[in-house]
Amino acid sequence: MNSLESYLFISSMLFCLGLFGVITRRNAIAVLMGVELILNAANINFVAFSKFNGMNLDGHIFALLVIVLAAAEAAVALAIIINIYNNMNTVNIDDVSELKR
Amino acid sequence: MADIVFWIISALTVMSAAFVVLNNQLVYSAVALLFTLFGTAGLYVFLWADFIAGIQILVYVGGILVLVIFGIMLTNKIKSVRISHKSMQQGVGGVVIFWFFIFLFLALTKAPWAVTEAIEPVGTVRGIGILLLTDYLLPFEIISVLLLGALIGAAVLSRGDS
Repeated sequence: MNSLESYLFISSMLFCLGLFGVITRRNAIAVLMGVELILNAANINFVAFSKFNGMNLDGHIFALLVIVLAAAEAAVALAIIINIYNNMNTVNIDDVSELKR
Repeated sequence: MADIVFWIISALTVMSAAFVVLNNQLVYSAVALLFTLFGTAGLYVFLWADFIAGIQILVYVGGILVLVIFGIMLTNKIKSVRISHKSMQQGVGGVVIFWFFIFLFLALTKAPWAVTEAIEPVGTVRGIGILLLTDYLLPFEIISVLLLGALIGAAVLSRGDS
């Protein structure tokens, strides 16, 4: 029934949607949501390959590490975004271009 | 039966992910992200990854999503729940992403995956615990130090200058 390809199909769709969010959104928090979608897609791939490789648990370890990294990344990114908002009163990533001037 | 549930869960996941990236209301996007994360946890259950599914709900839904909603609330002047935000260049981005998806789809259908069948394990927690304290001890310790660093860094960053 559920073949490896169906999981890879779903995760590639999630990945493409996340990438689409990252490149089209202009609110920094919405970009962060796109990154979370991409990380979820990668996690589905890890766990799917782990199951279809004879229930090898190494993929589960990688998925766990990715979840921890996502949590750390979300915390630091939101701290940075809140700092940007306090300093510049916007979270639009096109307006935050102080370093280019 | 399991097939139908699987396709319902994957349709829920993908459609709410599309809602996350296409909707114009930021809070609605965050709520749609909730359904995506729950759908992903459901897919993990189908992949016999019970521990990962539980951790997904605990960390993503209980932690990251709450952080994201906090971030939305702290970076907007809240007048109502409708906090709109714009997307840019959706047409060009859509075309590029569409062809990229076609590329990925062809790659995953054409590739000769070496699939090894397995029997369903009783649970994965024991195996993951043994692996974490034997083969993956060093990554486990490194990731804990990284988590501590990110915690301190986020606290220092968000406190400001005072």
